[in-house]
Amino acid sequence: MRKTECLGMILAGGQGSRLKALTKTVAKPAVPFGGKYRIIDFPLSNCVNSGINKVGIATQYKPFELHNYLGSGTSWDLDRTGGGLFVLPPYAREKGGDWYRGTADAVYQNLNFIDLVDPEYIIILSGDHIYTMNYAWMLESHKNNNADVTIGVFEVPWEEAPRFGIMATDKETGRIVEFQEKPKEPKSNLASMGIYIFTTSFLRKYLLEDGENENSSHDFGNDLIPKMLADNARMFSYAFDGYWKDVGTIESLWLANMDLLEDTPPFELNGDWKIYSSNPSMPPQYVGADAIVKRSMISEGAKVLGEVEHSVIFPGATIGKGAKVTNSVIFPGTTIEDGAVVNYAILAQDVTIKAGAKVEGTESEISVIAENEVVG
Amino acid sequence: MKTVVGIVNLQESNDLIRELAATRAVEALPFAGRYRVVDFSLSNMINSGISSVGLMLPDYSRAILDHIRSGKDWDLARRRDGLTYLPAALPGTDARKGDLKDIYANLDFAELSDKKYVLFVNGSYVYNIDFKNVLDFHKKSGADITMLYKTVENDGAGKTVVIETSTNGIVNDIAETNSVKKGQKAVLGAYLMPVPTFAYIVRSTYERGGQDFLIDGIMRYASEQKIAAYEHKGYVARINSTEAYYKANRDCLNPEIWSELFMNKERPIFTKVKDEVPVQYKDTAEVKNSLIANGCIIRGRVENSIIFRGVKIGKGAVVKDCILMQRCDVEDGARVENVICDKNVMITKNRWLKGVETFPYIVTKNARI
Repeated sequence: MRKTECLGMILAGGQGSRLKALTKTVAKPAVPFGGKYRIIDFPLSNCVNSGINKVGIATQYKPFELHNYLGSGTSWDLDRTGGGLFVLPPYAREKGGDWYRGTADAVYQNLNFIDLVDPEYIIILSGDHIYTMNYAWMLESHKNNNADVTIGVFEVPWEEAPRFGIMATDKETGRIVEFQEKPKEPKSNLASMGIYIFTTSFLRKYLLEDGENENSSHDFGNDLIPKMLADNARMFSYAFDGYWKDVGTIESLWLANMDLLEDTPPFELNGDWKIYSSNPSMPPQYVGADAIVKRSMISEGAKVLGEVEHSVIFPGATIGKGAKVTNSVIFPGTTIEDGAVVNYAILAQDVTIKAGAKVEGTESEISVIAENEVVG
Repeated sequence: MKTVVGIVNLQESNDLIRELAATRAVEALPFAGRYRVVDFSLSNMINSGISSVGLMLPDYSRAILDHIRSGKDWDLARRRDGLTYLPAALPGTDARKGDLKDIYANLDFAELSDKKYVLFVNGSYVYNIDFKNVLDFHKKSGADITMLYKTVENDGAGKTVVIETSTNGIVNDIAETNSVKKGQKAVLGAYLMPVPTFAYIVRSTYERGGQDFLIDGIMRYASEQKIAAYEHKGYVARINSTEAYYKANRDCLNPEIWSELFMNKERPIFTKVKDEVPVQYKDTAEVKNSLIANGCIIRGRVENSIIFRGVKIGKGAVVKDCILMQRCDVEDGARVENVICDKNVMITKNRWLKGVETFPYIVTKNARI
């Protein structure tokens, strides 16, 4: 069988507690985004589009819906002979089992899977960012630098730098000289994107060490990266200058959705770099005779009879007559009955807003209605 | 339904729908924004629990093959059963017209299947039906053959086969007419019968020089076989002319028909998946009473229209009573009314184009106006 040069590992086990009601029943990577996608579609599609055709997905928190969504990987063209997509929940061993104790532990516990694939490189990705990126170029840079580790970095405004893991680099070579986790006085404004490429043999050694260390929190950012740096490993940064948004909070998730509604969206959704997702079998959306739709993104199976402005509407949602939806994100299957008003809100799946009811948040405090709830 | 093998006949004549069906079968015509006509027959079969389906290929089969491929999008790519392509009879061996020679050439498919019944359907009809009810009806009726019909709601022109039934629902007359009247019972080109009955009719009709399964086969045996008629009460459209095609597409703008055809949770209509982005409505968009498929970018005005995947409508453009197929581009300030644009047509800036309600203007594939 063809050798796998680079294996993708997506860490999708996080709860995403800051997304509150939206992760009540699903893991963060399965949270809907952008009118038809789920967050995990972005790293997964990036992998496939970058030529990475073997991807392991470590899952843990409420994995059922995520597993169901991933299926055999058909939607991303990952249902390959020899396996394209591998779902990796924690499992029991001879001496009992453990939950994944941290990001690094999720990879450590799956070393046997990595040995089976036997890739030369591993790219570690997380399931909570929206961006389109060609990992093949990053891998190229990793190889050219003869690096042990390459970390994707993103330039953030200086005043925001204290919120991130910051990489101080040698300007000429891009070699990382210092790593500061959420520093008060940042030495650079290059934030870690949580994207790592490791040479497998190198990573393996550190994972084995870290796995035995009981004082470790088993986290890439907290434990492994500082340790590698202290050991003077060949660590390089790879600067990414496209659109990259963390969607770990309600506000950032809302904002990233709104970004898509710009006249020229920040990244080309319609271009060659397709974002794949599981497609529902639904007809084109119906826009009624009295409907008003402006500056919005609306998906298949939606029925719009009322007014929609500056909003993102998912498949199968219904906006009743005289209803008014503004500045909001409406997840699949949700119904907004006649005359209801929704403003600055995120409504999760299968919510019902009764006729005439109101859900109104503000720009700084987005209203969130959890799955299956009925309002009014 | 495990006992039924399905056959979808894609041999509908394209005489009355030439411009659109010149290089593709009628059943491969794009429909309702993201479908092809054949999706309905295939989805009806799979939704009714029929998992072994033969597809009789038309003369121009590239569009159909490209659309259906392994049948995976209809859940028909299976280890057991699944989709079987049934190629047309070799040209040259038989100069006869009609579908019968192709059915005859593929009789093995039904006869060698381990199924008890054949459900033979014409793929040019648009409807959403549960064939389980037809099988139950067939078993109860004790008939040899069950054929589907729809009570005609409006007078209409075009060759149609109509039936008359006695009070017990048994067909006592089948006739072809040139126009139908309200209340008549028009056949839907769908027949359920045991495999041996099907093989007997096809074989004996073909060997006596027959051409057409319905007219030479079923009609000739009507007196010999007991034929029961099953009424489909829901929406039906037969795509056999440009006018019918235009009307059926626009029927989908009626939310009740839209819901009946497409939003039945148990019986979704499947089609080839394209991974398009949700529709982007910009600031200047103004859309009324229209179906818009994913991948479109709308900046202009759209009324009473069916817009397929990936269409762009520019600022100040007006699209009224139109069908715009995949990847059409209506540039700023252009205006189209009562027009059907085939795939990938470009209407450049400020051009005006207009047909009439009963005679939509048709723009052929890849044209630039």
